[in-house]
Amino acid sequence: MSIEVTNIIKSFNEQPVLKDISLRVDTGELVALLGPSGCGKTTLLRVIAGLELPDSGRIMLHDEDVAKVQAGKRKVGFVFQHYALFRHMTVFENVAFGLRVRRGASRLAKGAIRQKVTKLLQLIQMENLADRYPHQLSGGQRQRVALVRALAVEPKILLLDEPFGSLDARVRQELRTWLRKLHDEIHLTGIFVTHDQEEALEVADRVVVMDQGKIEQVGTPQEVFHNPASEFVMTFLGNVNLFHGRVEDGKITLGQAGSATDTQIITRLFVRPHDFEVSRTPAADNFQAAILRINAAGPNVRLELKSRFNEEFAADISHELARSLNLNAGDTVYVKPRNVRVFPPNHKAD
Amino acid sequence: MVQQAYGEIKLEQAGTIRPTHRQAAVRNTESAPVRWALTGIALLFLGLFLFLPLLLVFIEAFRNGIATYIAALRNDETFSAICLTLLVVAVAVPINAVFGIAAAWLIAKHDFRGKSILTTLIDLPFTVSPVIAGLLFILLFGANGWLGPWLAERDLKVVFAVPGIVIATMFVTFPFVARELVPLMQVQGDEEEQAALLLGANGWQTFRRITLPNIKWALVYGLILCTARAVGEFGAVSVVSGHIRGQTNTMTLQVEILFNEYNFVGAFAAASLLSAFALVTLLVKNIIERFSPEFVKK
Amino acid sequence: MARKRKRVMPGFGLTFGCCVLYLGLIVLIPISTIFASSAGMTWENFWATITSRRVMAAYKLSFMASFLAALVNVVFGFIVTWALVRYRFPGRKLIDAMVDLPFALPTAVAGICLATIYARTGWLGGLLEPLGIKVAYNQAGIVIALIFIGLPFVVRTVQPVLEDLGQDVEDAAACLGASRWQTFRRIILPELTPALLAGFALAFARGLGEYGSVIFIAGNIPMKSEIAPLLIITKLEEYNTPGATAIAVVMLAASFIMLFAINTIQRWSSRHMER
Repeated sequence: MSIEVTNIIKSFNEQPVLKDISLRVDTGELVALLGPSGCGKTTLLRVIAGLELPDSGRIMLHDEDVAKVQAGKRKVGFVFQHYALFRHMTVFENVAFGLRVRRGASRLAKGAIRQKVTKLLQLIQMENLADRYPHQLSGGQRQRVALVRALAVEPKILLLDEPFGSLDARVRQELRTWLRKLHDEIHLTGIFVTHDQEEALEVADRVVVMDQGKIEQVGTPQEVFHNPASEFVMTFLGNVNLFHGRVEDGKITLGQAGSATDTQIITRLFVRPHDFEVSRTPAADNFQAAILRINAAGPNVRLELKSRFNEEFAADISHELARSLNLNAGDTVYVKPRNVRVFPPNHKAD
Repeated sequence: MVQQAYGEIKLEQAGTIRPTHRQAAVRNTESAPVRWALTGIALLFLGLFLFLPLLLVFIEAFRNGIATYIAALRNDETFSAICLTLLVVAVAVPINAVFGIAAAWLIAKHDFRGKSILTTLIDLPFTVSPVIAGLLFILLFGANGWLGPWLAERDLKVVFAVPGIVIATMFVTFPFVARELVPLMQVQGDEEEQAALLLGANGWQTFRRITLPNIKWALVYGLILCTARAVGEFGAVSVVSGHIRGQTNTMTLQVEILFNEYNFVGAFAAASLLSAFALVTLLVKNIIERFSPEFVKK
Repeated sequence: MARKRKRVMPGFGLTFGCCVLYLGLIVLIPISTIFASSAGMTWENFWATITSRRVMAAYKLSFMASFLAALVNVVFGFIVTWALVRYRFPGRKLIDAMVDLPFALPTAVAGICLATIYARTGWLGGLLEPLGIKVAYNQAGIVIALIFIGLPFVVRTVQPVLEDLGQDVEDAAACLGASRWQTFRRIILPELTPALLAGFALAFARGLGEYGSVIFIAGNIPMKSEIAPLLIITKLEEYNTPGATAIAVVMLAASFIMLFAINTIQRWSSRHMER
């Protein structure tokens, strides 16, 4: 089932939260809404679920306009950030709830409900915890109960709000892998909201990067990581160094010295830490920098440097290279950026 | 000296993150004589003002033995006063409960213009003197009141009759249930309700199966306070009752009449029933507070 | 915000209709009648009623007695709260529960009990009489009754604040060399002031309107021990409805002012607590 939202606008107390959002998610896709807190990603998710009503715009679920369809009738599974488990019900009753409240022909017999819930609990390996109450569960268990509770009513669409937001790092990683596997098995159309870029890049088929109520970029994880469309996406995804420089005839000059002439544009240049070549010898295409600090605890060696233009930046190099160059704090090195990015000046990074 | 004390504090805090009151009482507190003096003053004050009156009720009621006590309660007028009080409670409390639940749902789950005004208006009856509450209904339904002529034409009696007593009691006990439910439901938020709606539950199912179980103790608590006040209301019903013996006297009014007639055993016998009910109220209230403190603490 | 199209949560129309209807019928229309009725009086009549000597005496008495009783309650209520929160003694939980008795006990019952206790032949009246102290059928009796009624307001307002008051600031003060009295005076009392004020205001407001517990012990002597609510009833019994209305309007205005003051104190108090 596909999801298509067009020109969604939503404000809270005159404060615009979603500014003209359009997005299409195809059947079977798993899409991440990624952005800093307050960027409107959760609101967009709630608008799709029918928990918020947009001021204007259209929402189509499987090419059907759902403007007049109540939240409960949209066949949408929703997992809340804080799970919203029914605190007075056992795990079993929580999962069974959606089946029990059905009326009319679609209503299942008691035995069928029991069977189905048991199967779902087996899926998350919690069949022996069926009689527990939510407050007796760990965070990861609550998360999984919330997920199968949403799945019990066989939704065509699954929406997850910060699904791993309040879990510790190890459980997060586990559940991330589990969610990806689950999605590959049951093949729902899914959208999840996250502020964690790693999570988005690892789990999603496509990533939607949002900022201040607008979509900055939509693309596969590779696209958004390697070809960021704006300064915001570049700085939000991964570490980045900022330089000031001038562009003239497609040539880049670092440093801010002097004022720009007519043909020159003062601009901001972005280089990722792993996109530097570091050597001991000066050359035409590198520049001089002093090492402030060396941190070798990690898969790479991180050098904190100060360029001769007085800009501090970071570079990641391999342990082998670091060893062969015999680097020490205070040394002078020569640095060559491999991959420099410039964005149109109307996009400003925060 | 100071360092030693500091070391002790450290040790104690290693065990529990927040020192409990017991530990607090052990260290850094007043000297023993001050403690005893303050406790003594507190107990003496409470003894004089709370326990003495309560004790008196039962001693006076049983002054002439149990037989007299029972006879006093079996007095026709006292008996009909008991029935009237029960009737008033049976009407006023459920209506106020329905209103309280509706108000709590409205205020906690919805945003609308004028919400803060509504919240303030709900508390209004608390600030109105019971006597004035009674006066309001005299002005509305009395012979010279707004609706007086209209009611007289149809031969309907509201004031100086049972309906007036019920309405005045409803006014006085109006906020009790809402006051308990609104803050609780605001704290609980509406995520669970949203989850239920998304799972296909309709509004009534959501209320019945999700909201109601979450607020049940606060609801019971509110009902108890509401009932206690309805039973004990005196000023407002005194104004609208008309004091017709055996007909429009509630228990509290009956107590007044008996006392003023120097029938102390009769007055205190009726008062003992009311006091016993008050004690039961306190008991249930405390059980609920122990049982589910998070639902009751404001 | 305003109602735009439909809402996500169900039941808005039903509950809104329910609330406004019931609130209007039971509270708003009745309260508006009193102002409408008093508007029907001439200003001279209204003024003459509320400034007559007997009415002024009643207002003054209600005000003074409530003020005194609230003051006593702040002092002793604070000691009671302190003992209940900070000290351990047998029966503490029972006593804690009993503090709510004035909320639960019908005021008329309280009234006849206090009247009996402080009457000349009563347990305490008999002790006080030889000392020349007359409580029952006197102004002192009114204050006694209002102390009974107002006590839980002070205790229940101060108690949660005192419970939440961190021991760490007191420890810090002690480590810095403050004596116990200095710690109390300069650390604890300022923290509790908003709650004490709120408790005072609540007890005072309740005292102004109190009727049931007072009339039995007051003696109700015009100009001496006749409280304002009683005067309303007296006027009604004389079929002087306009007179009763005029007295009530002034009292209502006073209680609205008190409500406003209490709200302000409580807002200040909660802001104070958030720091």
